[in-house]
Amino acid sequence: MSAPTQTPNTPALTFECETGNYHTFCPISCVAWLYQKIEDSFFLVIGTKTCGYFLQNAMGVMIFAEPRYAMAELEEGDINASLNDYNELKRLCEQIKKDRNPSVIVWIGTCTTEIIKMDLEGIAPKLEQELGIPIVVARANGLDYAFTQGEDTVLASMVHKCPSTAPSRPAEPEERQGLQRLLALGKRAPDAAPTPSHPPLIVFGSLPDPVVSQLSLELEKQGIQVAGWLPAKRYTELPVVAEGSVVVGVNPFLSRTASTLARRRKCHLVSAPFPIGPDGTRAWIEAICQALDLQPQGLAEREAEIWNHPQVQAYLDLIRGKSVFFMGDNLLEVSLARFLVRCGMTVYEVGIPYMDKRYQGSELALLAQTCQEMGVPLPTIVEKPDNYNQVQRIRELQPDLVITGMAHANPLEARGITTKWSVEFTFAQIHGFSNTRDLLELVTRPLRRNQSLQTLGWQTLVKSV
Amino acid sequence: MKLAYWMYAGPAHIGTLRIASSFKNVHAIMHAPLGDDYFNVMRSMLERERDFTPVTASVVDRHVLARGSQEKVVDNIVRKDQEEHPDLVILTPTCTSSILQEDLKNFVERAAEASQGDVLLADVNHYRVNELQAADRTLQQVVAFYIDKAGRQGTLDTTKTARPSVNILGISTLGFHNQHDLRELTRLMADLGITVNLAIPQDASVHDLARLPQAWFNLVPYRELGGLTADYLHQEFGMPRVDIAPMGVVNTANCVRAIQAVLSAQGASADYEAWIDEQTRFVSQAAWFSRSIDCQNLTGKKAVVFGDNTHAAAMTQILAREMGIHVLWAGTYCTYDADWFRAQVEGFCDEVLITEDHTVVGDAIARTEPAAIFGTQMERHVGKRLDIPCGVIAAPVHIQNFPVGYRPFLGYEGTNQIVDLIYNTFTLGMEDHLLEIFGGHDTKEAVTKTLSADAGLEWTTEAQDQLQKIPGFVRGKVKRNTEKFARDRQLTEITLEVMVAAKEAVGA
Repeated sequence: MSAPTQTPNTPALTFECETGNYHTFCPISCVAWLYQKIEDSFFLVIGTKTCGYFLQNAMGVMIFAEPRYAMAELEEGDINASLNDYNELKRLCEQIKKDRNPSVIVWIGTCTTEIIKMDLEGIAPKLEQELGIPIVVARANGLDYAFTQGEDTVLASMVHKCPSTAPSRPAEPEERQGLQRLLALGKRAPDAAPTPSHPPLIVFGSLPDPVVSQLSLELEKQGIQVAGWLPAKRYTELPVVAEGSVVVGVNPFLSRTASTLARRRKCHLVSAPFPIGPDGTRAWIEAICQALDLQPQGLAEREAEIWNHPQVQAYLDLIRGKSVFFMGDNLLEVSLARFLVRCGMTVYEVGIPYMDKRYQGSELALLAQTCQEMGVPLPTIVEKPDNYNQVQRIRELQPDLVITGMAHANPLEARGITTKWSVEFTFAQIHGFSNTRDLLELVTRPLRRNQSLQTLGWQTLVKSV
Repeated sequence: MKLAYWMYAGPAHIGTLRIASSFKNVHAIMHAPLGDDYFNVMRSMLERERDFTPVTASVVDRHVLARGSQEKVVDNIVRKDQEEHPDLVILTPTCTSSILQEDLKNFVERAAEASQGDVLLADVNHYRVNELQAADRTLQQVVAFYIDKAGRQGTLDTTKTARPSVNILGISTLGFHNQHDLRELTRLMADLGITVNLAIPQDASVHDLARLPQAWFNLVPYRELGGLTADYLHQEFGMPRVDIAPMGVVNTANCVRAIQAVLSAQGASADYEAWIDEQTRFVSQAAWFSRSIDCQNLTGKKAVVFGDNTHAAAMTQILAREMGIHVLWAGTYCTYDADWFRAQVEGFCDEVLITEDHTVVGDAIARTEPAAIFGTQMERHVGKRLDIPCGVIAAPVHIQNFPVGYRPFLGYEGTNQIVDLIYNTFTLGMEDHLLEIFGGHDTKEAVTKTLSADAGLEWTTEAQDQLQKIPGFVRGKVKRNTEKFARDRQLTEITLEVMVAAKEAVGA
C-alpha cells in the first residue's frame, strides 16, 4: 500500500441512497463521551422528556455517577412562549455555575428548539457576558444528524472558541523548559524536542486519553509534534488554531469540523484514511508526513509487525473468507469495512447514515484499492438505508456477520444470523496500531461464541421463520 | 424550563408503544425525528425479545419541517400495511408532532382507506400525560375502537360465559415482572375455578377484543394501567371490576374475597374462605415467615419505600402490616394519582412523599437513614452511595429486573418472592454492619495484592497518569503485565512508550 490516492485502474464504488428509515442513536448521545473527555465542561441539553429518556437509558449506569450533564426540560410554557427563553436559560445556567462551576457550558440544541426556533446562538453571547462563562452552542438534533455526527456539531462550534495566537507566556517557564531540555539530553529526545520544523499540526476528534498518547507517540516517531488536539482534556486547553496550521481528522464523521477549520480558520486539511486498523493507521501517518513534507520512516515494518502478531493471526484465521454486512448507524462503517476487507473478509453492503465523499475521499479510495488488492468484489455503499429492506437483503445473502444496532441484534440472532452490536465500535478503543487486537477482539467475539456453542444444534430460535 | 437529570416515568409515546407492541400483530408508526425509535432498543435489550419490535418511524426531517409531512405518513402506513399485514397500525405522536400540529387525524383517515388493516391515531399529548397515563389511555382507545367496530358490524356478543370468567387488564411489555404476574394470576384463577376470558394487551389479538364483554368481571392488578378500560367496560356493559392488587398475603386474600363478592352477586356459588386459609397457612410461606424468629428480628427496623402507586403502596402495607417493620416514609412518582396513594398507605407509614424529583427522594433517604430501601433502580444507586441495601420493587428498571426465572410479585408465589426480597435486603445490611464492627472477614493484611514487587521499576508521571485512567478492574493486570514486560527487557523505567509496546506485545 502506498499513498492513498486512487489509481486510475481501481474499480469505482457504487453509491445508493434509500429512504432513511433506519435505526440509530440520537446525536445528543455525544454528551455521553464528550462530558467525560472535556473534564471541565457541563453539557446542557435543551429538549423534552423524550431526549431525557433516551439519554438516561442509553447511558445506563453512567447516569448515577453525577454526570456533568443535565436536561433543560422544556415545558408547555416554553413551547407557547409564555415563558421567556433568555430568562429561563439564565436561571438554569446560574444554577449550574453555582453547583458545578464549569469552565464552559455546552448547549445542545434539539429538534424542539429547532422547531420553535429558539435563538440559542443569539442568546448565548449575551448570557456568556453576564455569567462570565463561555457558552458553546451545538445543534445536535435528530432532524439533521445521526449519532456520532453530534460530536461533529459540538467540535465545529468549538473551533470558533480556539485561540488564534498563543497566549504570551512569562519568560520563566521557557527557561525552565530549556533547563529541562539540558537535563533530558541524551535520555529521551522527543519529549523535550525543540520547536518542530514543520508547521503546527492539530488533530481533531475526541478520543480517550490513552489513544491520544498512543497516536501522538506514533507521530513522534516520525519527528512530528502534535501542536494540539481538538478537543483537549480541558476546555481551557483548547489548541491554538492559526492560519496555515495543518489539521487532520481521526474519525470519519467529522466533516463539519473539517470544513469549519478549513474555511473559517484557513487551515490546511489533510485528506487521509482514518487510523482504524494497522492499514488505516499507516495510511493516516503517511498522509500526514506527506502534508508536512517528511519522509515516513519504518511504517511498512511497523504495520507488518502488528499483522504478524500471533494473536492477530489467530483472529484473522477466524474471519478470513467470511462475509459481513453493515446496516449502518455510526459513520465508522467505511473505515471498518476497509479494515475487514484487508483482514480477508468480503463486505456485502456498507450502510451509512451520511456519506461525505470529499471528507472521506481518501478512505473511499483506500477501500476500493484494498478490495482490488484482496481480490474481493466492491461493496455497495447505501446512504440513508432502509432497515426493513436491509433485513430482506440479509435474509437473502445470509452473511456470516451483521454489524447492527441493538434494535435488530437479538431478533437477527434468534433467526440464526450472527451479529455484532455496532455501538461498541464507538465506545471501544479502536484507533492506532496498538488497538488492532482490541478491534479484532470485538469483531471476532460473536464468531468465537459460535465456535464454542456450535455442537449444541440450536441456532434458529423463533417459530416458523 | 426545568433542570432535570433523571426521570421516573417516560414520555407519553413510550406508553402508547408499550400497548401497541404488547398486542399481537399491531404495528406502531411514530411521527418522530431520527433516533426517537430508542424504544426498540429498550424492548430488544430489556425483554431480550426475539422478534423485531413492531415499531417504525415516519421520520420527521428538515423537509418535513419545511413542507409538512404531506404524503410521507400516509405512504409509510400503507407501506407497512402491505409489508407486514398488521391488524392495526397505531400512528403515535411524539413531542415533535405535538408542536408541529400537523393534521395527523386526516392522515389516519386517508391511510385507513388505502389499508387492509385498521388505522388509529393515539390520542395522547406529550405535554399533558406521561408514559403510564398514555398507556392507560391507549389501551382504552384500542378496546373502545374494536368494541365499537364489532357493534357496528353486529358481531358483538355480550352473552356471559357459562362458567365464571375474567378479563385481566393491564399486562404489558416492559412492565415490571408483568409476564410472571400473568402466569401467577392465571394459576390463581384456575384454582378458583375461574376461566381467563382474555388477558390484554400482552399477546392478545385485537380480533378477540369484542369478546371482552363475555367475561363476568374485570381484574385490574395494577393501578397505573387498565383502569380506564375497566371504567369503559363498566359504563358500556355494566361489567364489575376488582382492582385490588393481589400483592402480599392480606391483599391477595382481599382480592380473592372481592372476586367472591362479584361472582356471588351474579349468582355463582363461590366460597373461597377455606382455600384462602389453606393457601395462606401452607402454600405461601409468608404468613409462617412473619411468625418465625427471622422476622421477629426485623421488628421495628426502619425502611423507606418509593415507586409507582401499585408497588409502593402494596410494599408499604406488607412491610408494616405483615412484618412489623417501621416504614418511615412511603412515596410515589405518580403525582397525578397522589390521593389514591395517600389513602392506601394511611396508617402504614409516618410520612408520605409525592414527587417526581429523584434528588428529593435521595435527600429524604439520607435524612432518615433507614436500614433498608425499597425503590426503583435510582434508589438502589442512592443506597449504594450511602451504604444502605435496596430491594428493587418498581420501574424504572434495568435488565437484571427482567429475570428469566419465575419471579411474580402477585399471588401466593409472589408473597414468597417478596419475603426473600425483603429478608435478603435486611440481612445483607446487617451482615455488612457486623463485618464492620469486627473489622472484616479477613483481618490479616495480605502482603502484596499484586505480583509486582515495585523495586527497580520506575513509572514516569505520564505513564502513571495513564495507568490511573485504566478502569479499576483491569488496572492491576495491566500494571503487572507491563512491569513483567519491562523486566523481561531489562528496562528500569516505564514510560508511555513502554506501556504501548507492552500492550501490543502481551496485551497489557
